[in-house]
Amino acid sequence: MSFLDYAPAPESRAILSLRDQYGLFIDGEFVDGRGTPFQTISPATEERIAEISSANQADVDDAVAAARRAYDRTWSRMSGRDRGKYLFRIARLVQERARELAVAESLDNGKPIKESRDVDVPLVAAWFFYYAGWADKLDHAGLGANPGSLGVAAQVIPWNFPLLMLAWKIAPALAAGNTVVLKPAETTPLSALIFAEILQQADLPAGVVNIITGAGDTGAALVAHDGVDKVAFTGSTAVGRAIAKQVAGTDKKVTLELGGKAANIVFDDAPIDQAIEGIVNGIFFNQGHVCCAGSRLLVQENVHDEVVERLKLRLSTLRLGDPLDKNTDIGAINSKEQLERIRELSDIGVAEGAERWSAPCVIPENGFWYAPTIFTNVQTSSRIAREEIFGPVLSVLTFRTPAEAIAKANNTPYGLSAGIWSDKGSRILAVADELRAGVIWANTFNRFDPASPFGGYKESGYGREGGRHGLAAYLSPTPIGQAATRQSLAAPATAKPIETADAAPKRTRRTAQRSRTDSATKGSKR
Amino acid sequence: MSGTSLVTARERALAVLGGEPDDATLGRYLHGIPGVDAVGLEQRAAGLGTRSIKTTSKQRALDTIISLIDLTTLEGADTPGKVRSLVAKAMTPDPSDASTPRVAAVCVYGDMVPYAVDALGAAHGDPDDGLISVAAVATAFPSGRSSLEIKLADTAEAVAAGADEIDMVIDRGAFLAGRYGLVFDQIAAVKEACRRADGTSASLKVILETGELVTYDNVRRASWLSILAGGDFIKTSTGKVQPAATLPVTLLMLEVVRDWHLLTGQRIGVKPAGGIRTSKDAIKYLVTVAETVGEEWLVPHLFRFGASSLLNDVLLQRQKMTTGHYSGPDYVTID
Repeated sequence: MSFLDYAPAPESRAILSLRDQYGLFIDGEFVDGRGTPFQTISPATEERIAEISSANQADVDDAVAAARRAYDRTWSRMSGRDRGKYLFRIARLVQERARELAVAESLDNGKPIKESRDVDVPLVAAWFFYYAGWADKLDHAGLGANPGSLGVAAQVIPWNFPLLMLAWKIAPALAAGNTVVLKPAETTPLSALIFAEILQQADLPAGVVNIITGAGDTGAALVAHDGVDKVAFTGSTAVGRAIAKQVAGTDKKVTLELGGKAANIVFDDAPIDQAIEGIVNGIFFNQGHVCCAGSRLLVQENVHDEVVERLKLRLSTLRLGDPLDKNTDIGAINSKEQLERIRELSDIGVAEGAERWSAPCVIPENGFWYAPTIFTNVQTSSRIAREEIFGPVLSVLTFRTPAEAIAKANNTPYGLSAGIWSDKGSRILAVADELRAGVIWANTFNRFDPASPFGGYKESGYGREGGRHGLAAYLSPTPIGQAATRQSLAAPATAKPIETADAAPKRTRRTAQRSRTDSATKGSKR
Repeated sequence: MSGTSLVTARERALAVLGGEPDDATLGRYLHGIPGVDAVGLEQRAAGLGTRSIKTTSKQRALDTIISLIDLTTLEGADTPGKVRSLVAKAMTPDPSDASTPRVAAVCVYGDMVPYAVDALGAAHGDPDDGLISVAAVATAFPSGRSSLEIKLADTAEAVAAGADEIDMVIDRGAFLAGRYGLVFDQIAAVKEACRRADGTSASLKVILETGELVTYDNVRRASWLSILAGGDFIKTSTGKVQPAATLPVTLLMLEVVRDWHLLTGQRIGVKPAGGIRTSKDAIKYLVTVAETVGEEWLVPHLFRFGASSLLNDVLLQRQKMTTGHYSGPDYVTID
């Protein structure tokens, strides 16, 4: 037996006390959905985990109504300091239940436990801690004194970082004083439902956060709902485009965080061993199910062979298998559909003349798996260099000069992230300046921090999440009620009828609400 | 365990460098090696440190650790009695369990070598054959601040007394002043002094004292320099300077050894020394070796732990795995 055949070291599932069925979390309670329920499975074994309710239009109505009531009656009236207390409490509960959340995440999503334990869940707690601190400091969010919240936020999140994306959405929304209806992805609802239990444990006022599960039509119904003031979506560019069309012409605010095809640029003076680690982390972290993954490796031509050779050696040491084993580096692909898409695009790569190399992994019999794969001899015109594969597949291209690297890196419809590897600081700064990407990492990759804004250029979406910018996405420069009052004062009387009849009731209601809130707040301060 | 030939080492160095090993040539070569990103290196080391080695793997790891230990005493207060005690511990680490492997070597000051050799008796020999080597620190250890003549005499005396391995220190002052040629020549001269009358050589471990080199770039350059000059092993520290061995530094040195092997086909050993006190830490080093240079490095002529207190912690863990419960410090022997 070889030492490197590490004995199995599985994280225990005993810490999870899962229910057999999960309802929708509306108005602080779990209720049965009225759509057709579905099963959530473990992508590593295809075993059923639990039955999940599906929200139909009536459920969406209920959830939005609950969020509206909570906004009007409780959350928008609460002081920032008190909102912060709830967020701190949630953050601490996430830490307390970290192992349970990590196990649930790896079970439902297929990601290695070392990632859910060391990356996802700690970042979730960090996000709530960070925005908890903002809740009573909104005056400093860059929008002037006393910025207003937006109302009810509809949030639709993807399956690649189920709990982390939930935190990215919920934490700033609540800190800014909004209430939330969130829909997790169909294939990964489990951690969000455990999070709902945490909200109950934290005694968060009913309706402030509502979590409804279901497929794409549930999300579509939520986004389209009239009672929603803000839409935040993370997911594919195709769905993001549909959402943008749907909300066009309404007064809903939108942030979209969509796909990417990030360039990871390796110059010939790069710290080579760390660059190899960065390339691996860039594309094989979370099986490549990362919107900001460094899926296009741009290597300076004079070091191409050396980089590829070292990369292959390194990939041969990766351990693919049971996501709950603490030594697993590469977990399962999240779904059969995604696996098929990865296979299809990889086959296209081969057909287009690229050379495929896959790490020698033993693929388990059940479940959805794809060995870490690199394509060399890829050209900028290849589909695998242009389309987002969203899997453990790296396309290697070359460049000769910094100018060519920049041109090739920017030659994509996306612009979410990029990486630069060089020992020369001035080159890093000069190249970073020219790259059109929302996040640029230098001599590292896939590092996240709640204080750092994240978001894309072009088809990678608009708006930013994280940091002060992410907070501003849930705020209005002036409270909506006040804005309406000012407008009516400034505008000539004849202009008043321009306000459309259908928009009027909502606004009136909110104006009334806001003035009540203001007087209440002032009263309590005195 | 015997060292490689100096002539071969010099020819190899000339071929790699493409010129005489003077300050200028060595400077160009060593500064042409890709840099090290400290954050990335430490991140990788931390990642390797999260491997979970359990049950049968742990059992095997603990035995491997024992068989790779250079059980060390390097005190001004060392006496023949202390050395005899150390040797007894090296031969029978755990008197309650005969299946416990022996350590690889005992490591002492040069003047203590005769007592170690004497105490070992028939057990003295190559650790690859299950015997125990005698390693001696030399060259004005630990500072290295002495003339070359004294360093060579120090080395020759230890070899003549029966030392199988010489742990020399490099001249860190010369290295930091950019006098790479001087450092190279001294290592080569010490290697020559490792030669025995019968033509065989003691194995040469070159101590970089990474705690004084400070930057990872320096560690990488000093590693290349030591290997080019003919070192059979590169060793992190004397144990007299803090920080001594760390996982990132050891990872970095293993990467150099891997690259040297790819370049020349020659296998160089690595010895982290100082500061490794627990089984848990030592297992992280085994993982780092196996996942960086390969499992074939986990043998006494390619990897060692320079340690003293580590052995007893490993024995306690080993007893726990056999008996199912923890004992205590009085259930393992002091040396």
